[in-house]
Amino acid sequence: MGAAMTEAGLFLLDLLLVLTLLCLAWWSLAATDLFKGIVLFIAFGLVLALAWVRLDAPDVALAEAAIGAGLTGALLLTTLSKLASSIDNPPAKRSSPVLLWVLLVMLAAVLGYAIMSLPQQAQGLADTVASQMGNSGVEHPVTAVLLNFRGYDTLLEMAVLLLALIAAWSLAPRAATSCEMDEALTVSPIVLALFRMLIPLMILVAAYLLWVGAHAPGGAFQAGSVLAAAGVLALLCGKRLEGRLAGWPLRLGLVLGTAMFVAVAAAVMVGGAHLLQYPLASAGKLILLIEAAATFSIGLTLAMLFSGQRPSRGPAS
Amino acid sequence: MSTPLLYALAGVGLCLLGLYGLIVYAHLLRKILALNIMGSGVFLILVALARRSGDSPDPVPHAMVITGIVVAVSATALALVLLVRFSAATGRNQLDDDEHSP
Repeated sequence: MGAAMTEAGLFLLDLLLVLTLLCLAWWSLAATDLFKGIVLFIAFGLVLALAWVRLDAPDVALAEAAIGAGLTGALLLTTLSKLASSIDNPPAKRSSPVLLWVLLVMLAAVLGYAIMSLPQQAQGLADTVASQMGNSGVEHPVTAVLLNFRGYDTLLEMAVLLLALIAAWSLAPRAATSCEMDEALTVSPIVLALFRMLIPLMILVAAYLLWVGAHAPGGAFQAGSVLAAAGVLALLCGKRLEGRLAGWPLRLGLVLGTAMFVAVAAAVMVGGAHLLQYPLASAGKLILLIEAAATFSIGLTLAMLFSGQRPSRGPAS
Repeated sequence: MSTPLLYALAGVGLCLLGLYGLIVYAHLLRKILALNIMGSGVFLILVALARRSGDSPDPVPHAMVITGIVVAVSATALALVLLVRFSAATGRNQLDDDEHSP
């Protein structure tokens, strides 16, 4: 009786979550005010993080809340403030032809049929991963897949992140010198006090997430996005990199994650192993080394993507 | 209806909503929002289907989705930089339709 009640309650919760997601997505797209649309999109990301928890995917929930909702939202809002005009009221629409509706209905039918025809129970690769956990050097399956079994994907993903920043920098104008910045920006002292209290805490949380990733939900991407959030906060408070740090030290920090990954991946080949095939005895340490470098670079890269401009080296250099 | 199926179908719904928004709305920022919602729909389908294996969900799709979220934010950041440049160069926030251009 009690179990059945819990079951029904959980199903209602799932139904409510799913409906909230669909409504938020629709309102976010159809909002007359773009600012409102972006705020609704951030809310959508946070509700999606709840859905990940209901689907037993706490790693994805952490990444979604920090990157999907938080950083994407910050990027969207800062872009909106740079646009020629932020007003799109009523939303400019093209007429929706019959063809579009035919396409959507057909796609809905095909995707719906494909999902309904899948078996209700499927092991997938869960057993394979579980049987190989002893060889991975870590105790958390998602970290094992990300950094060991499918390390190649993660290596390429680091390269994608770096590539996005290179493309953004080559398109964006160089930042004004730091003196001009300081005059333009006035930050409330309360925000600055909060900033001083939050930064050490965020660095601590990032370090914890990095360390705990070896045996529980967490890891380099979640930790890196918390670091990036600290960087975004610093940028919003008017902090800029000093001129002497904005040159090659910054670039070194940005490539550190990818470089460390490639270096470790290649170094294990000296012992006769394949690319990214870590020796069993030191796999855990190597993964932590890669993750630490990756966390630092991910945080720095995402924060630089938020600032949107190549930092100036300042008058000193 | 089982939980994974419910969420997977919601993922299909998000994909369709995103595709509709991508095609119908002209403002480029709305198109970027729509692409992100479409991507979230794909992630929802993947993670929902990973939940079918009972007590411990399949970790491989989870790792794929975490990778996907980071790649999505990279692509979004690049698209937004392009949008700012386009807006600064033309003073407009939407692209011309081929049929209406002079």
